[in-house]
Amino acid sequence: MAIHAADFNELRLDRLSRAFGAVQALKDVTLTIRRGEFIALLGPSGCGKSTALNCLAGLLPSTGGGIWLDERRIDTLRPERRGFGMVFQNYALFPHMTVAKNVGFGLAMRGTPRAEIARRVEEAIGLVQLNGQEHKLPGQLSGGQQQRVAIARAIVIEPPLVLMDEPLSNLDAKLRLEMRAEIRRIHNTLGSTTIYVTHDQEEALSLADRIVVMRAGAVRQVGAPAELYAAPGTIDVAEFMGFRNRVEGTVTAIESGVATLSVDGGSLKGKATPGLKLTDRATLSARPEDMHPGDGAGLPVTVDSMEFRGREFVGYARTAAGAAMSFQAGSPVATGEVVRLVTDASRALVFPGVGL
Amino acid sequence: MIRGKSLSERLWAAAVWSLIGFFILNLFGLIATVVTSSFATRWLGTWLPAGWTTRWYTAAWTEFQLDDVMVVTFQIVFLVVALSGLIGVPAAYAMARRDFPGKRLVMLLFLLPLLVPPITFGIPLATVLYRTGLAGSMSGVVIANLVPTVPFVILVMIPFIEQVDPRIEAAARVFGAGTFQLFRHVLLPILAPGVLAALLLVLVRTIAMFELTFLTAGPTSQTLVVALYYAVFAAGVRSVQSIDAMAVIYMVTTLVWLVIALRFVNPTQIVARAKQQPAE
Amino acid sequence: MRALAADHAPGLRVRLAAHGLDGVTLLVVPAALFVLGLFIYPFAYGFWLSFNPKAGGVLANYGRFFSDAYLYGTIATTLWLALPVTLLNLALAVPIAFRVRLMRRQRLLTTILVIPITLGTVLVAEGLLNYLGPQGWFNRTLLWLGLVSSPVRLINNYWGVFLSLLITGFPFTFLLTLSYLTGIDPALENAAATLGAKPAQRFRHIFLPLLLPGLAITFCLSFVQAFSVFPSAVLVGAPAGPTRVISIAAYQAAFEEYDYSMASAVAIVMGLVQLGIVAAVLGARGLLYRGPAGGGKG
Repeated sequence: MAIHAADFNELRLDRLSRAFGAVQALKDVTLTIRRGEFIALLGPSGCGKSTALNCLAGLLPSTGGGIWLDERRIDTLRPERRGFGMVFQNYALFPHMTVAKNVGFGLAMRGTPRAEIARRVEEAIGLVQLNGQEHKLPGQLSGGQQQRVAIARAIVIEPPLVLMDEPLSNLDAKLRLEMRAEIRRIHNTLGSTTIYVTHDQEEALSLADRIVVMRAGAVRQVGAPAELYAAPGTIDVAEFMGFRNRVEGTVTAIESGVATLSVDGGSLKGKATPGLKLTDRATLSARPEDMHPGDGAGLPVTVDSMEFRGREFVGYARTAAGAAMSFQAGSPVATGEVVRLVTDASRALVFPGVGL
Repeated sequence: MIRGKSLSERLWAAAVWSLIGFFILNLFGLIATVVTSSFATRWLGTWLPAGWTTRWYTAAWTEFQLDDVMVVTFQIVFLVVALSGLIGVPAAYAMARRDFPGKRLVMLLFLLPLLVPPITFGIPLATVLYRTGLAGSMSGVVIANLVPTVPFVILVMIPFIEQVDPRIEAAARVFGAGTFQLFRHVLLPILAPGVLAALLLVLVRTIAMFELTFLTAGPTSQTLVVALYYAVFAAGVRSVQSIDAMAVIYMVTTLVWLVIALRFVNPTQIVARAKQQPAE
Repeated sequence: MRALAADHAPGLRVRLAAHGLDGVTLLVVPAALFVLGLFIYPFAYGFWLSFNPKAGGVLANYGRFFSDAYLYGTIATTLWLALPVTLLNLALAVPIAFRVRLMRRQRLLTTILVIPITLGTVLVAEGLLNYLGPQGWFNRTLLWLGLVSSPVRLINNYWGVFLSLLITGFPFTFLLTLSYLTGIDPALENAAATLGAKPAQRFRHIFLPLLLPGLAITFCLSFVQAFSVFPSAVLVGAPAGPTRVISIAAYQAAFEEYDYSMASAVAIVMGLVQLGIVAAVLGARGLLYRGPAGGGKG
């Protein structure tokens, strides 16, 4: 394979910051990315993930900190001098150029000889499986094909780093799954280093080697997908990872890492997170699939409705205090009935503090 | 948006900004000259006049019979505004909501009077109006002014109506609104801001419309801008300050409406007609 | 029986409605008739009238126009004003629009620029007579700065009309250019930059090809405006000589000689020259890319 990623060892963001007036869109982001990694920047909209990507690309000047590619400082370079490949959210294909011209644009700007451009463009188009579409204009392509052109255009320049800004958000659900696999395949084939911005946790979990969870301009947690999925470090990361239920209570026991929480009308068990102490006020956080109707000790809730999901049922209920809960059950429960919910103690998490 | 920081880019930016500054400076200079002169007692060969007075305004008002001219101007302008709304808005509604054979041709028909400059079509139009005896009267002036304003209203209103979801009308029908009720309770309130904006633009344009009024007006149907033209044309007959006082009165009349219009529209909409590209 | 027939074949009303013709469509009729009657008909009538001269054969008016230097010369005079002004306006508008596009608060500037368009040519002419006159502030400043030793003559000649067209024409050209420029997706510039294109390359390969069709339209509209210059050519120009533009010739034929036939002929010539230039520019535009200036879906 002639297209291959340029060589470097690591990319470091050192307390990278960006302020818009008084608003800190990015606060002291420090992160080291090794060559060949697939990194997902994950967070809700407005969390600073796109700002971070634009600072990396040089499209937005940073207002503090630095970016280092090995021993070279690059945050002062203009975007055209950084040589990163970028895939934009709306693709940003040049509407007046054919597919081949779009893909070859970056090489043409570098003054690559024409014969070599033709050869590498052909190869890149083959890699994204668009053979035969070379002479079409972007307007004549479907959304998925435009996406492939955007990827080919970004990788053909053999960038040390490929930046992707929510590249799948404009595609329909089926195409999104297909392109997701495609992006990972291309990443593996080229051995490139990819930074991928998304607000979709499922996308991040399935694609990335490491996930960087961001919130309010700051990094909240960095970790492998399995690690983040099982052990989110804070309650808002947990919430983003699908821990939708929250119950507050007082810690009455901690035994071999499992905390018992006395809650309104019953008690629940969950994994104790670091810093949790006996008699603390604490918050239990659990996914709906880790809460079930159980014995007399659980949290009493009134069932509002049940949904059939094939293998099991998902129930929606409220506690006596009015907090919404969702849970999984093997058989339906009648609306209005009171059940006691218990947690899977190895999966629910208990965080110190309340009102988080 | 990528902002450069190198020296050559800063120099280039500075050059562009000074061009803009120079243009605006001269623009304000020419307006300020007229205003200053209109308040001057005597102004010859100095930076500023020898003294200040307001008497040119009363002089201009009587010399140029501005009370008559103002009445005529506003009668003409308000007739043009009302009629172009009445003819234009329903047509815009039909153009926005229906696809009928020959629609592109009709669109071209509405574009032409906006693309062809008024002096070019004004001469044959005036000829026809003189032949039919309408020119020289107020109705002739109103008719001539409607030629560009009716298409203008249509072209401003079409995109406005298109962005109103037709399902709103369908919903009103489903809930039992008749045609009149639909118009009164649904369409009118939704379209009112667009109509207001379009008509304000027509108003500003008609006050300033020189060519068509000039070619079709008689002595009793002159608008302010035509009266100003004749005054400048015959300069030397009256004192400069008196003409400038009249120019200031014209300026204030126009700018007051411009300021009102700008509360409802974007400045670029005043040249919006051209954003409508000729039929492609 | 009628009801039965209606069951089998849709009524006329239904068939018309299927083609988009119903009561609502009829709302377009008054406006269309109005434009037909007061725009198309006068043109057709003027065209016919121009071939029915007061004296002489069918082509007498055109023959007279093209044999009398006082008349045919107006075409060159007008072009000599309109073309340079339009080109200068465009040449100024493009770099300025590129700069202003980066501004966050453009509204103040666009408002200021709309003022001369709104005030119109008559007022600008009156202002220029004062401002650019030998005793005006402009010359006074030049003298004070020592740039000239005696006042520059800028009114009642070619330059008066030129500057008047610049002051009313530039804002028009600029606002149009700006609206075309802001229609280009900024992500395209970002994409080009990440792919290694320097500012000049971004202009040449991305902005220019996407902007040219709009610039062609802007040129046409600005040119047509400038070509039909009238009040300022009379008031700040030298209407008997260097700025005797074609609209003055048409006006004099109609309202000084009362020869409507000749006036129509001049108006037709004026229209044809405008049409010729516009057709040439739009013809060239046909060779360019014309499509959305966005970078993709969404």
